[in-house]
Amino acid sequence: MDISAAPILSIVTFLPLAGALFIALLSREAVQNIRYTALWTTLITFALSLLIWINFDASSAGFQFVEERDWLGPIKYKMGVDGISMLFVILTTFLMPLCILASWESVEKRVKEYMIAFLVLETLVIGVFCALDLVLFYVFFEGGLIPMFLIIGVWGGARRVYASFKFFLYTFLGSVLMLVAMMAMYWHAGTTDIPTLLTTTFPSDMQFWLWLAFFASFAVKMPMWPVHTWLPDAHVEAPTAGSVILAGILLKLGGYGFLRFSLPMFPEASATFAPLVFGLSVIAIVATSLIAIVQEDMKKLIAYSSVAHMGFVTMGIFTFSRQGIDGAIFQMLSHGLISSALFLCVGVVYDRLHTREIKAYGGIVERMPIYAAIFLVFTMGNVGLPGTSGFVGEFLTLLAAFKANTLVAVIATSGVIFSAAYALYLYRQVVFGPLEKPSLKALADVTPREIAILAPLLLLTIFFGFYPAPILDVTGATVEALAQQIAGATDAAGAAAVDAAGEAAGGIVPAPAAEPTP
Amino acid sequence: MPVSVSFAAVLPEIVLAVGAMGLLMLGAFGRPEGSGSMQRIGGFAILLLILTGIAVVGGDTAQAFDGVFITDAFARFVKLLILAGSGVAILLSLDDFKRSGTDRFEVPILVLLATVGMMMMVSANDLIALYIGLELQSLALYVLAAIRRDDVRSSEAGMKYFVLGALSSGMLLYGASLLYGFTGTTSFAGLAEAAAAPGAATNIGLIAGLVFLLVGLAFKVSAVPFHMWTPDVYEGAPTPVTAFFAAAPKLAAMALLVRVLYDGFGGMFVQWQKIVVFLAIASMLLGAFAAIGQTNIKRLMAYSSIGHVGFALVGLAAGSEEGVQSLLVYLAIYLVMTLGSFAVILAMRRDEGPVEDIYELSGLAQTNLPMAFVLAMLLFSLAGVPPLAGFFAKFYVLAAAVKAELYGLAIIGVLASVVGAFYYLRIVKVMFFDEARPAFAPAAPYVHYVMMAAGLFVLFYAVYPAPLVDAAAAAAQSLRP
Repeated sequence: MDISAAPILSIVTFLPLAGALFIALLSREAVQNIRYTALWTTLITFALSLLIWINFDASSAGFQFVEERDWLGPIKYKMGVDGISMLFVILTTFLMPLCILASWESVEKRVKEYMIAFLVLETLVIGVFCALDLVLFYVFFEGGLIPMFLIIGVWGGARRVYASFKFFLYTFLGSVLMLVAMMAMYWHAGTTDIPTLLTTTFPSDMQFWLWLAFFASFAVKMPMWPVHTWLPDAHVEAPTAGSVILAGILLKLGGYGFLRFSLPMFPEASATFAPLVFGLSVIAIVATSLIAIVQEDMKKLIAYSSVAHMGFVTMGIFTFSRQGIDGAIFQMLSHGLISSALFLCVGVVYDRLHTREIKAYGGIVERMPIYAAIFLVFTMGNVGLPGTSGFVGEFLTLLAAFKANTLVAVIATSGVIFSAAYALYLYRQVVFGPLEKPSLKALADVTPREIAILAPLLLLTIFFGFYPAPILDVTGATVEALAQQIAGATDAAGAAAVDAAGEAAGGIVPAPAAEPTP
Repeated sequence: MPVSVSFAAVLPEIVLAVGAMGLLMLGAFGRPEGSGSMQRIGGFAILLLILTGIAVVGGDTAQAFDGVFITDAFARFVKLLILAGSGVAILLSLDDFKRSGTDRFEVPILVLLATVGMMMMVSANDLIALYIGLELQSLALYVLAAIRRDDVRSSEAGMKYFVLGALSSGMLLYGASLLYGFTGTTSFAGLAEAAAAPGAATNIGLIAGLVFLLVGLAFKVSAVPFHMWTPDVYEGAPTPVTAFFAAAPKLAAMALLVRVLYDGFGGMFVQWQKIVVFLAIASMLLGAFAAIGQTNIKRLMAYSSIGHVGFALVGLAAGSEEGVQSLLVYLAIYLVMTLGSFAVILAMRRDEGPVEDIYELSGLAQTNLPMAFVLAMLLFSLAGVPPLAGFFAKFYVLAAAVKAELYGLAIIGVLASVVGAFYYLRIVKVMFFDEARPAFAPAAPYVHYVMMAAGLFVLFYAVYPAPLVDAAAAAAQSLRP
């Protein structure tokens, strides 16, 4: 189907908003109508977004489906996707119907506001990935705070107020510095057009400050150690679907930001700061994995594991090599599937027992065998077992890191072992062991609705584990161009910090690991 | 020298002044005073403001009274905002005064007279005109603050406002006399010449005069450290009067500040920029931190308004055309947000009377979702969260500051906005997360209209922002053609 004439990105972006406005007109009492409207809106959005993938030209590194309209004088309303952003749009539209379904029965109070908040959030998140203008990007990027603040605060757990404030203020603080940097870029380059800025060379000392300002924002969003502390709180207190959105999509904004802004626009500063990012990444991988082991709350454990997995992403991105960046994108997408699924799995038992304490469970395999099987697959995916999508991303990033900095790769690899430790510990405590607690004896296995939510995630996790090509094909051309651009820029600047970047332009299937650099 | 008398330039002011006098006669000698007289006069007053607005729009760039009075795109832009602010303030006051049983027909007339003064301030092109406009405005405002003369808090507010206002007027006059003494002229054109002349930077009399003038005006815009009167007056004055105070007079004083500094003392930019930067930083920080501890929503709005004045001053500190443009955009958006917020505050009323504590808003989302939603959007907008209008206001002033290489100022500004976000969020939290309290009594339809209009504006400003930005650009351009 040819969609070249239609403003497909704007339609996909604003369709959920239209759905939200429609729900606003419905009666508060018509709960079932509201739920179905939200579900169909997200499903249609997902179907339309698939048209983007179908019509996407994977051989081109440039922006596609570009739309441009007048907005604020020199600041245009400009949308477009490339190999980096397109899959995140799909991930968002894919996870949203699952979130709506996951909230079908568990959210009973203020359903109307809940669905409106989710649909508005979807519009804003898709907008972030499509925006090709700095100001437009910022508007979408920050706008998402409002619905997320309300989702955590209204429908969250016991400490929801604390968590929602911490979430909002942390991310707001990170982002405002980026706003100042954006203004400085605007006055320097005379435009906020992202494609133009991608080809603009900023002076070295200016890059330094701009990189730091953007880093403040993306590091918090990512979240990187040590500014990750909002995440466990937000995750634990958010309702299940809120956790899914946080882990599945919002955490990807930071990585996307690094790829879209920090690397191509400030290549010299990125090379300068790469050791810092490596350091923070391995600390995140090792330290938060260790922290995860001692958690007593299921969601908190998964939240810390998210921080550790994001450490692989930042590590991969700052190798500046094709494998590293490909791996980072793959890791983000795979984490979007697996961690979402894990939070949904927690949601399944939470809906039955209303506790997230690991100690409250044990031996539920006897009552919920299907659940145990599903949970097992995602646990293995979280560990990064070959055959699940979790393996591909981790392997690629570790491979690239090995070339860039062997020590970093060695320490990070130990994180894989720790991740096995906490994930298997969680699984054993919850699923195996004697079935003693009386509250567990009456547990019913997963319902068809829950299977419908988890099955797509399960299939994709395994599918991409065995056959990652559909994703790597899409990202290939863009990432290749990005890696070469950085290599060119850093070479030109005489920075030899990254010797791996130039030779890393290999095939999609990673070449045999290079010799360790002496 | 023949005095040129061209009444075309002052037509809006004449319409408004004569109309206000007429309404005063109608009020004093018309039907016997009683319930409904304030409503009737108020309706006429709003009509009169609309007429004046039409006259303003139809006006041309001209000078009157031998250059003492000037109308240009800048003046027209601010005057329209002021007229809108005054009109909405009258609209909001009608029902509230009636319910509290203190409706007096003088209220709308005093608002009109203050508006005449403000328009004079905006158009002042001479120190004398400046002072006349300022005093005409201030005297009417003092009376308005104390209009509930049986109420201790209202009387106290009026008294405080009067004493501190008189002090600031004195300082301003002292500065004006110094300027006159050292330059021999009171016209802004003459002052601009003196300020641009070589040696102005070391002319201690000129600098001292400028500083005193600035202090006087800083009082009027309630910039820190001349802000002390604001929380008390905001809290004590009747709420619709507070809404008026927060909106129109701030705009007029700010416009005056811009005209004096940017237009008149453009040559001494280096000297006054430091002062304005300090005022901006102090106001933003104090507005952000002092509001945290407030539980009275009117007091909180007072500190919020101090913070917003600080942000608007950031635009002035840039000292560029972009800066003035951004300041004007800021004022316009601030006006809408303020009036909308006060409309909500006016709707905070139970059967036993109005309430002002923010915890009275608890669980408003469950008892009155539209109102809670509108206030939440206004508060997020005041905090400067995109995609709401308040973000664009802040964006423009900060962008102007960054262009002027005031990086420190811009960074302090964004950090202050994060602190400010905390107390705005606290109100959102009270409304959305807390347990519900009894519902408010239904408010008057006008109050709802104002609330809804403001809410729609902040929500959908991002869809079509060009007209306001373009009008502000034209206005800023007219100052230094």
